[in-house]
Amino acid sequence: MAELAADQHVRYIVTVEKKKDSFESLVMEHIRLNGAYWGLTTLDLLHKLHAVDAAEVVDWIMSCYHPESGGFAGNVGHDPHVLYTLSAVQVLCLFDRLDVLDVDKVAGYVAGLQNEDGSFSGDIWGEVDTRFSYIALCTLSLLHRLHKIDVRKAVDFVVSCKNMDGGFGAMPGGESHAGQIFCCVGALAITGSLHHIDRDLLGWWLCERQCKDGGLNGRPEKLADVCYSWWVLSSLIMIDRVHWIDKEKLTKFILNCQDKENGGISDRPDNAVDIYHTYFGVAGLSLMEYPGVKPMDPAYALPLDVVNRIFLKN
Amino acid sequence: MDHAKSGPSTWPELADVVPVPQDDGPSPVVPIAYRDDFREVMDYFRALYFAGERSPRALRLTAEAIEQNPGNYTVWHFRRLILEALDSDLLEEMEFVEKIAEHNPKNYQIWHHKRWLAEKLGPDIANKEHEFTMKILAIDTKNYHAWSHRQWVLQALGGWETELQYCNQLLEEDVFNNSAWNQRFFVITRSPLLSGLKVMRDSEVDYTIEAILGSPQNESPWRYLKGLYKGENNCLVADGRISGVCLKVLKNDWTCVFALSLLLDLLLAGLQPSDELKAILEPIRSSDPETADADLATTVCCILQKCDPLRVNYWSWFKTTLSQIS
Repeated sequence: MAELAADQHVRYIVTVEKKKDSFESLVMEHIRLNGAYWGLTTLDLLHKLHAVDAAEVVDWIMSCYHPESGGFAGNVGHDPHVLYTLSAVQVLCLFDRLDVLDVDKVAGYVAGLQNEDGSFSGDIWGEVDTRFSYIALCTLSLLHRLHKIDVRKAVDFVVSCKNMDGGFGAMPGGESHAGQIFCCVGALAITGSLHHIDRDLLGWWLCERQCKDGGLNGRPEKLADVCYSWWVLSSLIMIDRVHWIDKEKLTKFILNCQDKENGGISDRPDNAVDIYHTYFGVAGLSLMEYPGVKPMDPAYALPLDVVNRIFLKN
Repeated sequence: MDHAKSGPSTWPELADVVPVPQDDGPSPVVPIAYRDDFREVMDYFRALYFAGERSPRALRLTAEAIEQNPGNYTVWHFRRLILEALDSDLLEEMEFVEKIAEHNPKNYQIWHHKRWLAEKLGPDIANKEHEFTMKILAIDTKNYHAWSHRQWVLQALGGWETELQYCNQLLEEDVFNNSAWNQRFFVITRSPLLSGLKVMRDSEVDYTIEAILGSPQNESPWRYLKGLYKGENNCLVADGRISGVCLKVLKNDWTCVFALSLLLDLLLAGLQPSDELKAILEPIRSSDPETADADLATTVCCILQKCDPLRVNYWSWFKTTLSQIS
């Protein structure tokens, strides 16, 4: 079987930061904080977080902070949104630097986005999606501030998005989708509410996502894509059903999506690599206990040692 | 107004604006070399954005920035503030966003902007919104954003009248379309014009069985069929059509995973297997020493272990739960 080209991936991530005139960086400009989270978490999983200057990263993260609202923007000079607030908190967790935050202010921003029905908006403009429920709960939990919101209502909303096939959608009635399932299962795991899930039914739906090529898709009749290695596997682990898929075939699928020469992982074999799929590929391998890769926490989407440091410290 | 395709530095109305370059934060590793035309637009945008200027020229500038990068949510946010301040024609704005959406149908910001507009325009816009999502779904029948928007419009603004018919049409075109099956379930359980799942169930079972018999390897209708009886296993077993469809499919192909799986559910829920069913499975059972003395459910599990090797661990687990029951 092919092997993980860890050194090349590290080099790819470190240099992608420097190629800012590419088309990719142009369209990624406004989500640079997400990119930082994907790249840096991957480095940490590969034991190479020290390849970047921690102080410089933390300074840049804080320059995306909006002191008035308490939220983070995707880049300097943009508007705050929970998507980037979670990425900022996660990256600070990687470097053990939550001390730079006004924790109550940040938690207040996130808590302020909870709606009457328990759901969360992504920002002041009110887009609602179970993605934001996960993000809010994950952020607040990492900051030890879950008590700032109505957790029961938050859980009720997530449960209202459960479908007859055992999966979850973005809104009540929305089609089951592996990405949304991760968000909902993650939200329920973080709040100790996994009893709302029909584990065997959802587990079967999730393991049906494995295609003949070994990769996982996100919905029936869609093509396999490396990113679902994370969404599906993490969900299966949280409901304790990960042994239902063929890990060897999935590992092979991910490894076949590597650019072994220049580093990086793509969505499918022979496609162009990007930082997003590089992260999901390595994270998927981590969940399958691939040698040399740090174990990852399936709910918080951070290396396990980082999560342990946060929850065993206080 | 001059809408020539030249950068904002040549726009007369922006002559007094001093562009603000991107601040890449303290000591960037390497200065960012954005593409020049992109940088020019964003530098002018920043100037008006930081000044909070809600004017026609600012509106025009956001259109330019959106055309270059429709994913930039900050630009969309600012555009909404301007639209509100100028009390702009929202139908015209709807045309603008639809033009952008057709080229970027998977962009969260665009759909959110559309929803913001639809919310303001109210029920009169419902049918127009449905026409638009139909147009997008005609290109990609599984576009999640379009489906979410469609469901939201139905619930908030209406337009349910032809929705079941639309599901029929999509499933006629492609019976494997899981999004259409999901929408069908959404309609029969939530449409205020229909009388709910229990009333719809009978005709839906017939419809679904026909779809299954046409394409037994299609995961979606099998799940839909079970969903029609969710939480009511007794009714599932009592409806002879359910075991009937398993039987019909297995007669042609005794390796069909979905038929075997549903049969297993039925057996566990108390189905008394017919002689016909036993006759189909009997030769398979007796040919394998492992199942020679096994009951029917165990036999079905053993068959599944063999014909679904990718998920052999799932079926092996299932088999262990059987021995715990008996």
